[in-house]
Amino acid sequence: MVYDALIGPFTEFEFMRRALAAVIALSLAGAPIGVFLMLRRMSLVGDAMAHAILPGAAVGFLLSGLNLFAMTAGGLIAGFTVAILAGVVARSTGLKEDASLATFYLASLALGVTIVSIKGTNIDLLHVLFGNILAMDDQTLLVVAFNATVTLLVLAVIYRPLVIESVDPLFLRTVSRAGGPAHLAFLALVVINLVNGFQALGTLLAVGLMILPAGIARFWSRDLTVMICIAVVAAAVSGYAGLVLSFQTRVPSGPAVVLVATVLYIVSVLFGRVGGIVRQLFPGRHLEA
Amino acid sequence: MAQLAFHNVTLGYDRHPAVHHLNGEVARGALVAVIGPNGAGKSTLLRGIVGILKPLDGSIHLGGLDSRDIAYLPQSAEIDRSFPISVFDFVGTGLWRDAGLFGGIGKAARGKILRAIASVGLNGFENRPIGTLSGGQMQRVLFARVLLQDAALIVLDEPFNAIDSKTTTDLLALVKQWQGEGRTVLAALHDMEMVRNHFSQTLVLARGPVAWGPTAEVLTPENLLVAMRMCEAFDDSATACAEDGRSRAA
Repeated sequence: MVYDALIGPFTEFEFMRRALAAVIALSLAGAPIGVFLMLRRMSLVGDAMAHAILPGAAVGFLLSGLNLFAMTAGGLIAGFTVAILAGVVARSTGLKEDASLATFYLASLALGVTIVSIKGTNIDLLHVLFGNILAMDDQTLLVVAFNATVTLLVLAVIYRPLVIESVDPLFLRTVSRAGGPAHLAFLALVVINLVNGFQALGTLLAVGLMILPAGIARFWSRDLTVMICIAVVAAAVSGYAGLVLSFQTRVPSGPAVVLVATVLYIVSVLFGRVGGIVRQLFPGRHLEA
Repeated sequence: MAQLAFHNVTLGYDRHPAVHHLNGEVARGALVAVIGPNGAGKSTLLRGIVGILKPLDGSIHLGGLDSRDIAYLPQSAEIDRSFPISVFDFVGTGLWRDAGLFGGIGKAARGKILRAIASVGLNGFENRPIGTLSGGQMQRVLFARVLLQDAALIVLDEPFNAIDSKTTTDLLALVKQWQGEGRTVLAALHDMEMVRNHFSQTLVLARGPVAWGPTAEVLTPENLLVAMRMCEAFDDSATACAEDGRSRAA
């Protein structure tokens, strides 16, 4: 009975196995990116970037129909353009990164909506905007896995400057020129993972598997490495449980995954070891030293 | 041999000078105090030395050093204390010049980091997240990182602000030890007593050099009065500066 509910769907249906593989790949790469987004106070930047991808995906769709490669390439180009323009403007003027990003992502979003409305609303496009992890073909799954691999490799390369830039940017500037490139590479990784996520969860929820697990991890550890591990596990568990939920109840898969992550988040806010609400209300008697 | 030479240096923001026409040299191994009222341009000068701020005019020579080889302790560090990083890892970033992007932190390097933490009196704090430290402990951590940077030129911007006397004494001893090792140290300071007792050279700054030389000769009531009277406000309608700078050498 329990086996039927929790494991049966994956042994029985190939599309469920593909979905599970995809969601695990997304968790492995997206969750560490989410942890850095959160620690660098850029949680909403991820959201903004998700919108910035829209015109690229729309152009890809116009040129070659519902072809995920074309839409991915378009999304990457649009996302990179916005990320790099915003980064360059922020670095070469006094403008804060969030302000310059807001300008560019709004412009990008307006462009995307314009392109979509000229073509006329299309049910297929909406389908992709909201994602469908249960309709992954082999090629799409390979793209997702490839992007996740690239993400982890690049993250390993820029890890040290990224950490130092997050904690003490001025120090990094005085000892190295790696800070700028590391920051731009990180923004690129954000875009790659958003594009990756929108194949499964759609542009609107792509950030979900990045930010929510990071938020969960933050309530359980004060150590960066542990935090990243917890985030990956939380993302994978949300993905798995979301798929099961979706299979058993007919809730759409993308929202199901994010809703499960939300439940884990609420549990963490309440009972987390680091700064959880219950811990704060009942901290126990103070220590001797 | 000069570790640091200023040739008609003007530093500032939006064309407005904050340090105007500075000339002079700092000898290798010197211990120099930079004093002056708030807004005198002390921090601006130090930012110019470490290359964060490009001079509006003139040039700064570092005696063959790359600006990235300077150890710099800013006044209000932009450190995100909430970031989950331990004292050990944070101090360890001081080894950037050796380790760079990919260099491993081996046994010898770990020993160096532990010794640096010990020499600022923070034994037992290695695994504490930096967010749990007091202001004075954080300043000790920053000094430990400077120690690890092993730099020939060390630039400290008001390193003893809001620090208790015990910590100040400990950290000042480190500064003097650095000088003893032949390093050049520049520090922006407010405590005249400390400058008089411990720093051989002093630069009195007030948007431009007021006096520069041996502390005993420079730290006079007259010079300090001149510095106090400095005008702090930028003049929005100021015209381009015509001075060639030679006449204001301190």
